[in-house]
Amino acid sequence: MSTGLSFQETVLRLKQYWSERGCIIQEPYDVEVGAGTMAPETFLRVLGPRPYNVAYVQPSRRPADGRYGENPNRLYKHQQLQVILKPSPADVIDLYLGSLQAIGIDLGKHDIKFEEDNWEAPTLGAWGIGWQVMLDGMEISQFTYFQQCGGFDLDLVPAELTYGLERIVAFLQNVDSVYDITWTPGFRYSDVRLKDEQQFSKYNFELADVGMLWQLFDLHEKECQRLIKISGVVLPAYDQVLKCSHIFNLLDSRGAISVTERVGVIGRVRRLALGVAEAWMKEIAPKSEAVA
Amino acid sequence: MSLPFLLEIGTEEIPDWMIVPALNNLQDMFQALLDQHALGGRVTTVDATPRRLVLRAEGLLDRQADVEELVMGPSKTAGAGAATGFAKKMGTTPDQLATHSTAKGEYFAFAKRTQGQLTEAVLARELPNLILKIQWPKTMVWNGKGTERFIRPIRWLVALLGDAVVPFEIGGVKSGNKTTGHRVLGKPSIPVTIQNFSQQLTANGVILSAAERRDKIELGMAELLASKPLRIKPDPDLLHTLVYITEFPTPILGSFDRSYLDLPHEVLVTVMRHHQKYLSVEDSDGKLAPYFIAVMNTNADPDGLVRQGNERVLRARFNDARFFWDQDQKKALTARIEDLKTVTFQAKLGSYFDKTQRVVEIVKGLAGNERAALLAKCDLTTDMVKEFTDLQGIVGGLYARAQGEPEEVARAIYDHYKPLSMEDDIPSTPAGRILSLADKWDTLVECFKVGMTPTGSRDPFGLRRAAQGLVRIVVEGKVKFDFPGMSPELSEFVRDRVEYYFRDVRGFAYDELRACMAAGWNDLIDLEARLLRVKAIRTTPDFEPIAASFKRIKNILKQAAFFNSNALDVNLIEAGPEQDLYFETRRTRGQPLESRIGPLRPKIDLFFDKVLVNAPDSKVRLNRLTLLQGLLAEFSEIADFSEIVTERQS
Repeated sequence: MSTGLSFQETVLRLKQYWSERGCIIQEPYDVEVGAGTMAPETFLRVLGPRPYNVAYVQPSRRPADGRYGENPNRLYKHQQLQVILKPSPADVIDLYLGSLQAIGIDLGKHDIKFEEDNWEAPTLGAWGIGWQVMLDGMEISQFTYFQQCGGFDLDLVPAELTYGLERIVAFLQNVDSVYDITWTPGFRYSDVRLKDEQQFSKYNFELADVGMLWQLFDLHEKECQRLIKISGVVLPAYDQVLKCSHIFNLLDSRGAISVTERVGVIGRVRRLALGVAEAWMKEIAPKSEAVA
Repeated sequence: MSLPFLLEIGTEEIPDWMIVPALNNLQDMFQALLDQHALGGRVTTVDATPRRLVLRAEGLLDRQADVEELVMGPSKTAGAGAATGFAKKMGTTPDQLATHSTAKGEYFAFAKRTQGQLTEAVLARELPNLILKIQWPKTMVWNGKGTERFIRPIRWLVALLGDAVVPFEIGGVKSGNKTTGHRVLGKPSIPVTIQNFSQQLTANGVILSAAERRDKIELGMAELLASKPLRIKPDPDLLHTLVYITEFPTPILGSFDRSYLDLPHEVLVTVMRHHQKYLSVEDSDGKLAPYFIAVMNTNADPDGLVRQGNERVLRARFNDARFFWDQDQKKALTARIEDLKTVTFQAKLGSYFDKTQRVVEIVKGLAGNERAALLAKCDLTTDMVKEFTDLQGIVGGLYARAQGEPEEVARAIYDHYKPLSMEDDIPSTPAGRILSLADKWDTLVECFKVGMTPTGSRDPFGLRRAAQGLVRIVVEGKVKFDFPGMSPELSEFVRDRVEYYFRDVRGFAYDELRACMAAGWNDLIDLEARLLRVKAIRTTPDFEPIAASFKRIKNILKQAAFFNSNALDVNLIEAGPEQDLYFETRRTRGQPLESRIGPLRPKIDLFFDKVLVNAPDSKVRLNRLTLLQGLLAEFSEIADFSEIVTERQS
């Protein structure tokens, strides 16, 4: 039984909704990330004094969350719809509620609550204040007012809205397993994505070559450190941070990082991320003076 | 004229647990503002929902009273120039100056009259600061770097003095007379007066009064269960949360499949309570029933969608729990000991494996259950505890039982984080008490060793709670423990907790506590016994005088800088009061303190009345001091009575 919109229709309507409200509609970033926040469209664009509104779907890879396609709610790769409104408008919550109506949620027939949930990503030197948004007892979004990113206080305070697409759609379609979601009539989520989950769970947990991963980590780290020092290549440098972060996650899912190593490796990724943020701030500084 | 005042600070959703303290803070600051600026009036009510803090006051003046004060100027001898200068400074002319005579001569003076300000003007000036000074655990900016901070963005402000708006602005939001209704049930912009404010809110889906919201929830729950042999499992904390995360609460009854009741009820209740904020339901025998109560922030669930949604979420959660349980059973706790090497206890203190080794040693020394200690932390590696961290210990205990460990082991593990608060029970079995004590003691000792000590209100490792729990276990659980090898810092820290426990929790008087602790506190069971004795004898008529005498003895010995290890020379004792005291001391020696005080008191009094301690013959003097020292020492095994605050002293 499928009552709600299809998966892709939901995505299309959300994109349409935010497009009509002045957002740039971006495509997913094409380097592995663990969350929409890590895409440069968020991590770098929230820095500095220029307004920026953007929305994009971001497939988010979390190797340790893989369950070989056997758990109805846990995925190695799930999809987030990420919206950044910088600066956050005064009616941002109303806008968000409007987006729920756009995907067929009749607020008069449901229960919406905003429950305290502050967000922090130490590896990105980032944190914010906000809520998890609960629809009939289920968390459907994260709502965060960014306060700091890359170790910098933010000039404009962006609102970040992150929709957990699989959860929302499973809920609206009234199915107990994400694999039973109707992607588009005739195709279920499992038809499109089950193989990824099975194969990548196997790779992430059993096969990924730990020695190679450590080498890659070192190489990407070096490349990042080299690029940070050169002006005008912040974006390529940031790709290297994302590579390191993903490799760290892979190593973690392979159980290859001991307790004592862990803090150190996180620190290495963090230093890279902060270095890139600093380089980005330097790069955009003259433009902001020109604006002012 | 006397005016009412209304302030509403409209925000985005404030975390429930911060609201009441903030309201109290707002009330105190506003009352202080009225008092400081002599605006008259009293705060009558404060109330709040997640989106608004509301304060009402009555009896405000419409303006401050005028104030006249006499300002002293230069001496009359200073001449006309000085007078002109002073008059100018006062905004007047020299002919308006008065003369004021003092002992030092005559001075120019001016009766300066300050006109009272309009209350509206004072409030308009002071309110922005006052509002932004409300204390919150964590604040944010929303208008950009360096702008005003508050718990969540301020979106509207209502400030009315009588019929007039008190005009001010915070972060681009101007105060006015328009409030906002419930996000779904109400209108976004509603003009209000002080008189119709509450009614307008009610009409727009907001129940302002927390007490009314609580009543609505409780009545609603009673109705839902009226026709069923079911009752709510009382949970005041959760109810408080539900009152403060809703503007219009409506409870609904949901159910789940009976088969989930096979899972440990601790797990079910934790999922419902902590993850879903549901109240649990039990049958008339007190057994968990397959129902729950959720509280919506809206008025109805016309199509049952909210109930179905909540049921589905709960089902998924319970399925997770069942999955975790089955997965976790595949690897017994015993097989997880090695895995603890990968679980950090504290970065500076190594892994839980290391901690386990230490705790086992402590438990061994206390003749506790070593196997329980060995397995206690293994549940940290289970999926169940990774998902439901509140259930650490409890899950370990349940798994131990399921895996055929002896009941003593399972129970000790189950209880070993207890007590989690002052209200919580200590572990229910001796093995559990020893394990809990050893775990907490290890945490304290190790954290202090590497300098991770609490400072001020910051106690990130929960050491105060650990120490407090430890003290309670020793005293209430009667566990023999002597706090071995404490560093001076740790000793002081534990001592504070001991004092706090006996004084604030158990209600012993501070001077009794000081007196008894001065006689030692390494054995807390003994300390408790002595405290009870001192408390009991304190009410007897001879006690205060004898305590005063001990204070006197202590002073005498102190002034004489006396310490003598020689025995008393009986031959030097003078017949009369000195000898009487000596004999009485000897006669009653070995008897409990309680029966010695009565007979000794008159002898001591008489001794001090008639006998000169500072006798001219130094041998006699020293002998008398020795007598007193002996007496003091005998009584000091119980308490240092000189610490007792007596009538005579005050």
